[in-house]
Amino acid sequence: MIDYTSASIDFALLGPEIALLASAFLILVTGYVKSLGKLSPGVAFVGLVIALVLSLNQWGNQSSGFFGMVTCDDFGSAFKVIFTLIAILTLLMAHRYLSHKSLNRPEFYALLNISTMGMMVMANSTDLVVMFLGLEIMSLPLYVMAGMARRSPESNEAGIKYFVMGAFASAFLLMGIAFVYGASGTTDLRRLVTDYHYIVGNFKLYLYSGVAMILVGFGFKVGAVPFHSWIPDVYEGAPTPVTAFFSVGPKAAGFAVLLRLFVFGFAYIGLLSDVFWVLAALTMTVGNIMALRQNNIKRMLAYSSIAHAGYILIAFAVGGDSAVSAAMFYLVAYALFNTGAFAVLVLLETRTGCKSDFSELSGFSRLHPYLSSVLALFMFALCGFPPTVGFFGKFYLFSAAIQSGFIWLVVIGVMNSFVSVYYYLRVIKVSFFDQPQQTFVPVTYSPAIIVVLLITLAGTLGLGLFPQQLLDISQSAIFAFL
Amino acid sequence: MVPISAYLIVGVALFAIGTVGVLISRNLIVLLMSVELMLNSANLCLIAFSRSQNIMDGHAFVFLVLTIAAAEAAVGLAMVITLYRNRETINIDRFNLLKW
Repeated sequence: MIDYTSASIDFALLGPEIALLASAFLILVTGYVKSLGKLSPGVAFVGLVIALVLSLNQWGNQSSGFFGMVTCDDFGSAFKVIFTLIAILTLLMAHRYLSHKSLNRPEFYALLNISTMGMMVMANSTDLVVMFLGLEIMSLPLYVMAGMARRSPESNEAGIKYFVMGAFASAFLLMGIAFVYGASGTTDLRRLVTDYHYIVGNFKLYLYSGVAMILVGFGFKVGAVPFHSWIPDVYEGAPTPVTAFFSVGPKAAGFAVLLRLFVFGFAYIGLLSDVFWVLAALTMTVGNIMALRQNNIKRMLAYSSIAHAGYILIAFAVGGDSAVSAAMFYLVAYALFNTGAFAVLVLLETRTGCKSDFSELSGFSRLHPYLSSVLALFMFALCGFPPTVGFFGKFYLFSAAIQSGFIWLVVIGVMNSFVSVYYYLRVIKVSFFDQPQQTFVPVTYSPAIIVVLLITLAGTLGLGLFPQQLLDISQSAIFAFL
Repeated sequence: MVPISAYLIVGVALFAIGTVGVLISRNLIVLLMSVELMLNSANLCLIAFSRSQNIMDGHAFVFLVLTIAAAEAAVGLAMVITLYRNRETINIDRFNLLKW
C-alpha cells in the first residue's frame, strides 16, 4: 500500500512536470533572443520527449509525497504518457501551419508545454485543491492559445468565449470544492472515501451540493451537454493545430480527473449513476444531431467531439473496472484518430484561403489519392468501423455497459453511432465523388506532418488489429485506484 | 459568535449574484468582475468552513485561489484589450462572427 500521508519531498515524483516547466521557461528566456528564437520548437520537443521518458519510467512506481498532495500511480503515469504524446503530435503539426499564418512565435511552444504540465498535475493527484490548481495551469495557457491569432477577429472571439466559459466553470468547481471541504474537513479523496459514512450522516447537504457543483464545473470542461455551448465556437475560431490539441488533450485530462472523482471518490453516492445516465444520453444525442447540419468540417468535428464525450460518459453511469478501462481505451483511441483527422485538416488549411468547409474538399481524391484515403480511414475510425481502433473502443464500452445491465443506454449509443455515420461519410462522399467547382489547389507536405500522419495511422490500424495489448495496459493502470 | 450558516448565506448569495452577472451582463469588464465575485464568494465559504472546523487548511487554500484569480484576471484583461483593438467594442452581443 502507498503511504498517503508521506511528507517526503521527493522531486522524482514531479520529474515530468519539472522537465516541461524547465523547457517552457527556457523558451521564454531564450525565445526572444534573435539568434536563438528559431530553437524554441526544438527546446519544446526535447522537453516533451524527456517528460515522456520520465513518465514511462514512473510506470509501476506507486508512491506519494508532499503530505499526500502528489500521488504517483499507474493511472496517473498512463495519462501522463497520453498527454505528452498528444502534445508531441500537436507540436509536430503546428510548426509549419503557424509559420504559414505568421503566428510562429516562441510563446506558443512555452504555452503548449505549460498546459501539458497542468494536465499532468491534474492526473497525478488525489487532492481536490491540487486538481483545481492543475486545471487552472492547464486552462490559462489554452485561453491564450485559442486567441493566438491576434489579428484575426475569429480567433479573438474564440479566445474570449473560451475564457469566459472556462472561468465560469472554474468558479463552480471551486465553490463545489469549498462545500466538499466543508462537509468533510479534508480535500483528500482517500480520506473522503474512508470517512464517507460519517460525512453523509452529518453533512449530507453540503456534500451533495458540493458534488453537484463539481460536476457542473467538469461538465463544462469536458463538454457534456447542457454545458457544451462554447465548444463549436471555440473549435472553429482557434487556429487548427490548437483545435486539435483542445479536442483531445484537455478532454483526456478532464476525464482523468472525472474518473478519479466519480468512479473512486464519490462512488458511494448512488444517485450519480442516474445523473450520468442522463448526461451520457443527452450528450451523445445532441452532439450527433447538431453535427448533421454543419457545413464546416472543424465545426462538425467539434460536435463530433461532444458526441464522443457522450460515449465516454457511459462508463461513468456504469462504473466498475471493465467500464473504466474501456473509457481509458476509448480516450486513447479517440486521441489517435481525431488528431489524425485534424492533421489532414491542418495540411489542407496550409493552402491560402482555405476555411475547412465541406465544399472545399471536392476534387480532393483526384489530386491526392493517398491523403484522401487516409482522411477516409480516420472518418471510418470516428464512425467506429471494424478494422480500426474506433470499433473496439465502442465495442468495449458497450459490452461493459451491457454486462452491468444498461441495455437502454447501449441502445441509445448504438443508434447514435448510426446517425454519426451520415456526417462522417459525407466527408468521404464530397472528397471522392463530388464534381469540383473550382480547381483543387495541391497540398504541400512537410516531413513533420508526415510523421504525425504515420503515427496516427499506425495507431488507428495497429491497435485496431491488436486491441488486447492496450486494453491490458488500461486494466492494469486502473487497478491502482479501484 | 456568528453561526457558520450566516457566512454561508452571504457566500452563496454573492455566488448567485456573480452567476446572474455572468449570464445577463453585456459588457466584458462587468462579466470579468462577476467571475471574480464568484471566485471570492468561494473563498469566503472556504474560510468559514475552515474556521468552524478549526482546521487551517482552508486559509492556505484561499491564498492559492487568490493567486489563481489574479492570473486569470491578467489573462482575461489582456484578451479584452486585443479584442478591443480589433473590434473597438467590448459588448458581447457584437461578437457574433462565430455563432455563439
